[in-house]
Amino acid sequence: MGQVYIEDVQVGQEIPSLKKNCSTQQLVIWAAGSGDFYQIHYDKDFAQATGLKGLIVHGALKNAFLGQLLHDWISPAGELRRFGCSYRGMDEPNQDILCRGVVTRVFQEGGKHLVELDVWTENPQGKRTSPGTAVVALPSRNGG
Amino acid sequence: MTQAGTSVITDEMRAAVGVEGPPTVLEVEKTNCRMFARAVGHADPIFYDEEAAKARGYRSIVAPPGFMGTPIYNPNRPAGVPGEMGGRGFSIPYKRVLNGGTDYEYFPENGAICAGDTITARTKITGFEETTGSLGPMLITRRETTYTNQDGKVVAKMYGTVIQY
Repeated sequence: MGQVYIEDVQVGQEIPSLKKNCSTQQLVIWAAGSGDFYQIHYDKDFAQATGLKGLIVHGALKNAFLGQLLHDWISPAGELRRFGCSYRGMDEPNQDILCRGVVTRVFQEGGKHLVELDVWTENPQGKRTSPGTAVVALPSRNGG
Repeated sequence: MTQAGTSVITDEMRAAVGVEGPPTVLEVEKTNCRMFARAVGHADPIFYDEEAAKARGYRSIVAPPGFMGTPIYNPNRPAGVPGEMGGRGFSIPYKRVLNGGTDYEYFPENGAICAGDTITARTKITGFEETTGSLGPMLITRRETTYTNQDGKVVAKMYGTVIQY
């Protein structure tokens, strides 16, 4: 996929989605990568003892998925300026997590071409488990 | 809403709002960048291959979105927990903790975060809020962490919400 430019973007447009499906192994790799060793993400007995049905995906991992969604969309010349989400619903390993984004605003500020988006992860039932927002800067076909 | 007189927010907590905690030093290393990128499933070589990163104008392997470096672990010098879930040292009656959400803000004009960087993180509580939701009464703590690199430039901020209930 080639570079996306500000001229290519309009409000209401959906950006290319990113599908994830975490194995329990991926959750362990994330624990090591992020330093979050809370056992509800890899020890089923521990998770169930806290009242959960089973293991759950780290919220910060879903947030990082949204970071990838945006990075892949704007690379190589765009700038990721802000992104994040709320952790509203739990996701389980071995279930699809679909990362999506829709453009909500296109504007200029400080000489930059900025795009605001709603971003979120959704579970197989279509529930938005991690709704959030993002701001990216994109290059212009006219330079700058 | 929480009834008057049952607030869990103490004077000590109110006094802590806006006060920066001690700095935490984070190291951004190639291996940690790769591990974080691998855990997410990134495919862009700038997160794995130093030459690829340099060819795109970066000093070294790039820290993937959401990665601010690794706290220096030393069992002889217990440090505060930096980042999203730290700073919960107050005595309150709630036992359960949820990470409510996190937003990252970057300042690319001050430089990207790359392997080899040393980042100093300073966190402050920006506010407490009490509410009652489906989980019952809860305390919401909002926190802000500022990440400054070895050149004294603010490269990122993190805004986090922790829910206790």
